[in-house]
Amino acid sequence: MKKSTFFGAFAAAAMAVGFATAGTLDDVKAKGFLQCGVNTGLTGFATADANGNWDGFDIAVCRAVAAAVLGDPKAVKFTPTTTKSRFTALASGEVDMLSRNTTWTFSRDVDLKFTFAGINYYDGQGFMVPKELGVSSARQLDGATICIQTGTTTELNLADFFRVNNISYEPVPIETNAEAQAQYLARSCDVYTTDASGLAATRATFEDPSAHVVLPEIISKEPLGPLVRHGDNQWGDIVRWTLNALIAAEELGITSANISEMSSAPTSNPEINRMMGTEGSLGEMLGLSADFAKNAIAAGGNYGEIFERYVGENTPLGLSRGLNAQWTDGGLLYSPPFR
Amino acid sequence: MAQVAYVRHKMLPEQTPPPNSVGTIGWLRTNLFSGWFNTLLTIVAVLLIFRLLANVLPWALVPTWGGTSLGNCREILQEMGREGHFAGACWGVIRERWLQLFFGFYPSEIYWRPILAFFGLFVALSPILFPEHAFRLIGFSAIYPFIVVYLIWGGSIWGPVMALLGFVIGYMVLKFLTEPLGRLAATIAAFLLPVLWWLFLASPIAGTFANVLPLALQPVESAKVGGFMLAFIIGVTGIAASLPIGIVLALGRRSDLIILKGICVGFIEFIRGVPLITLLFVASTLLNIFMPPGTKFDLVLRVTIMVTLFSSAYMAEVIRGGLAALSKGQYEAADSLGLDYWQSQRLIIMPQALKISIPGIVGNFIGLFKDTTLVSVIALWDPILLSTNIRADTNWNGILWELYGFIAVVFFITCFSMSRYSMYLERKLATDHR
Amino acid sequence: MSSKSAPVQGGFRFSQLIYDTRYRSNTIQTVALIALMALIWWLVNNTLTNLEASGKGLGFSFLTETSGYDINQHLLEYDARDSHLRASLIGVLNTLLLAFMGCVTATIVGVFVGVLRLSKNWLIARIMTVYIEMFRNIPVLLWILIVFGVMIEIMPTPRDFRGDNPAASMMLFDSVAITNRGIYIPEPLFSRPIGDVSFFPKSSMRFDVSLELVAFLIALGAGIFASGRLKRRADRIQNETGDRPTTWWQRTVCVVVLPVLVLIACGFHLGYPELKGFNFQGGTYMRNSLIALWLALSLYTAAFIAEIVRAGIMAISKGQTEASLALGISPGRTMSLVVLPQALRVIIPPLISHYLNLTKNSSLAIAVGYMDITGTLMGITLNVTGREIETVLLVMLIYLSISLSISAVMNVYNNRVKLVER
Repeated sequence: MKKSTFFGAFAAAAMAVGFATAGTLDDVKAKGFLQCGVNTGLTGFATADANGNWDGFDIAVCRAVAAAVLGDPKAVKFTPTTTKSRFTALASGEVDMLSRNTTWTFSRDVDLKFTFAGINYYDGQGFMVPKELGVSSARQLDGATICIQTGTTTELNLADFFRVNNISYEPVPIETNAEAQAQYLARSCDVYTTDASGLAATRATFEDPSAHVVLPEIISKEPLGPLVRHGDNQWGDIVRWTLNALIAAEELGITSANISEMSSAPTSNPEINRMMGTEGSLGEMLGLSADFAKNAIAAGGNYGEIFERYVGENTPLGLSRGLNAQWTDGGLLYSPPFR
Repeated sequence: MAQVAYVRHKMLPEQTPPPNSVGTIGWLRTNLFSGWFNTLLTIVAVLLIFRLLANVLPWALVPTWGGTSLGNCREILQEMGREGHFAGACWGVIRERWLQLFFGFYPSEIYWRPILAFFGLFVALSPILFPEHAFRLIGFSAIYPFIVVYLIWGGSIWGPVMALLGFVIGYMVLKFLTEPLGRLAATIAAFLLPVLWWLFLASPIAGTFANVLPLALQPVESAKVGGFMLAFIIGVTGIAASLPIGIVLALGRRSDLIILKGICVGFIEFIRGVPLITLLFVASTLLNIFMPPGTKFDLVLRVTIMVTLFSSAYMAEVIRGGLAALSKGQYEAADSLGLDYWQSQRLIIMPQALKISIPGIVGNFIGLFKDTTLVSVIALWDPILLSTNIRADTNWNGILWELYGFIAVVFFITCFSMSRYSMYLERKLATDHR
Repeated sequence: MSSKSAPVQGGFRFSQLIYDTRYRSNTIQTVALIALMALIWWLVNNTLTNLEASGKGLGFSFLTETSGYDINQHLLEYDARDSHLRASLIGVLNTLLLAFMGCVTATIVGVFVGVLRLSKNWLIARIMTVYIEMFRNIPVLLWILIVFGVMIEIMPTPRDFRGDNPAASMMLFDSVAITNRGIYIPEPLFSRPIGDVSFFPKSSMRFDVSLELVAFLIALGAGIFASGRLKRRADRIQNETGDRPTTWWQRTVCVVVLPVLVLIACGFHLGYPELKGFNFQGGTYMRNSLIALWLALSLYTAAFIAEIVRAGIMAISKGQTEASLALGISPGRTMSLVVLPQALRVIIPPLISHYLNLTKNSSLAIAVGYMDITGTLMGITLNVTGREIETVLLVMLIYLSISLSISAVMNVYNNRVKLVER
């Protein structure tokens, strides 16, 4: 039996994959596409349709980076990662960047050696309960059974919250959102806790969303953002400034509708001109083309447009901007100047 | 002989058996109602089956095949006057997504490629399935793996061809250099030359050819391969590749060479002692760390390697069982014919041992095929993870039993028919006299 | 290494290393050993290089850090301020509990089904065949999910027990509550406790032993010992006189009375579960994840064990039974003294490997959120600390030692019942 040939074929296929040594930017340019690590499925943030086309808020960041680097928002390949595999996938170079609702924490930044390129969503952990329980505050949850989606900082926040308030609870850790939701709906747990955005996404898919309430307590800070490996500062800068370009574009009023007009000729606002590449050489400094920011914004619109399209008030998630509004509107989004 | 009054001279005609011991009633009496205990068991069993069917059938037999979303299904059921959580199944999800459960995210316009590969599998297996008719197809079996890689992943044809050439080189070296160089040198050369070929020459040459004459199929990335197709790829590759490794390990475990034996025993016991799920974690998180910096393997390939190692340990035990079942006389007969170790293994021992092991090998395959569902834990799109993904879709949120039921039925049909086929094969190949 | 006869004539040549069978095996082994060493060195070297490049380093000091997460089912005392090591220990105990419960149930169900499959009752035999084929041909992960799904969807919620006209009620005189969160059963309590003894206090391995339990076990042991003495005495008298004195009630008294006295002395009573707040409180709580895993794993493994048992029973020739019956031995004793001991020889080796499989399959606990070792050490600890290599290696090591211990114990038993061959 010549079955051993199977193995040889795979060995050869492995070899053909080759070795990556240069910086991530050169690497991505050589490959011709960006490899982006994403969630396996989270409504509004990263979902694959029946044909395997990815879409969502986190996906839009990947597409913007691909557009900035390669000029083509479609030049991305997505690697679905679990909470366990995401960091190794990034550390081992399997993916070029991670855009997977990952909380920026001290130990991830310092101990695990990653660089967070910014924050694309300010989140916090909340609780959802059925309305009929008549609970109005998380402090009334003494003795409740709580479904937790594992793998994030969720368990730790929860343990801290209940210890500080000196009340007891019964944690039920669940691996995926779908399972947690099934348990919650079957009343196998009284409460479901995860990031507030995730709660909204889950609640949006219920048969009767109004029968469930999200409690007012937000028990943690969850700044979610894209991250890259430590040590490749050029690449980190590219991701950071692509994200900043999306945020600044909203502030400056650049939208996907008017971007071609604004980039065709210098406008009266010098910062817009610098971003669009019609003035100065910001793109060159990053090692990209002069119109990198224009491409990034053209890919899916500015931050506000992306927000509205995937998670905003007109989507099933129906999230309001809240902390994620521009600083001028009382939010926390504040892009450093393009100068 | 004197006539004795009380002895009958004439045979009585045969009487029909009592009506309650033949026919349906007789069958029922002997098989279902013999004694009070059996009667009780029968009644309890009938009641249980009735309860089960009365609950499941009304749920399953509903005309929701055309439903476009869970809400739509609920409307259809409502029109029938059914309400509540268990009003009825929503088969629309299967209608809409069954192809996805089979092929994952594979582009639908090129489904013919995996389907062709699947039917090719039967042709490739025919030398084993019908040894008397189709042994000439063994050549196809040899190149089949390369065809599959080309068909499923696409890309230039020259990559698989160059990989295949490595084996051809090895074979040629063994065939033509044994005379001039001696067997040992030829064997070493047959091992080294292909490795050098794959490492240094294969990919540049493949690249050159690809530029001249592409012959390329649309490439498909591994992330799009999923569903039962993925289960088949991992399962079949794992079993096929683990067979030779398993044979070597089994021979090593039975050998007198103490270090070799130690290595083999250590490997087998280690693999058999840890759950597959930990090995899959190694594949998904650690394998990249164990490789030289910058090496990037595809996750499907990493998982396949791990699954192969896993199943080769089990395969080794199955083959060791086959070897142990052979009588010592076979070994002695081989020795007395003057055959050396490898000749006796190849001509006498292995053909018999492998034949004895067939049920075990098929059992291993079924086990491995079922175990491929575990790859959902490391985010490969096996049917179970796909079902989670489908449930994340707002249209189908809340669907559970329809998907699990469909996946279970497909697994059942596949595994059950394989196990029945292996029983048939076992009977067909049985040549001993009982 | 077999032939060590005449010394080599004419000195040693290097080619002998390859062509001389006396040396060849050593050559092969040396080459294999060197190759293995080289492979290990290569892997370790790569790992170190990669770790250095990522700047993470290798170390187990994270185990002593505070875990920070809660575990719902802990057989030993535990809270979020304990270390990761303690959390791992809790996980290991949960794995062992599940494996133990699963193996016992799988054996009982398996033997039952295996025997029933040989039943003369056509319907029962068919049902058992359907059961076996259903479980053998569908992945165990799917079974776990299905059983878990059935539990959470079909069982009543704790709230159904509430109100004047509840949709569900407790069973067995209000002592057992079956809910979709799990099953609450009465727990043993002592009103006059003797106290606890703590071992290794303040370390991660600390545990308490309740003295009531110790006293109970000692009493039980003493009772069994006394009963054994009675049996031996009866055997002796039977051997001498041919008459066996009636001992069954004396032996029962020995085994039962002492432990019961201890229980009464300690003020034993049952604590019943009660609906309070969100959940039932009090009683012993078996979580739905544990029950689903337990049921799914036992039923799955039982299907395999049933086939083994059937094969084992069928392997015993009918002549054995007939001979035994011809000697006037009763059918029950024929089964226990003649058929089973012989069938066990066929049954035990594959049974061991199915116990191992069950133990390894218990790692699928991850799918339903049962906090076993894959859920604690390889789950939340891994996520929190990001130490993939260390945690995965530790988990593998733990499973390996569990597997090797199970097979060691079962092999000892197997050697005891093994046929002594010529």
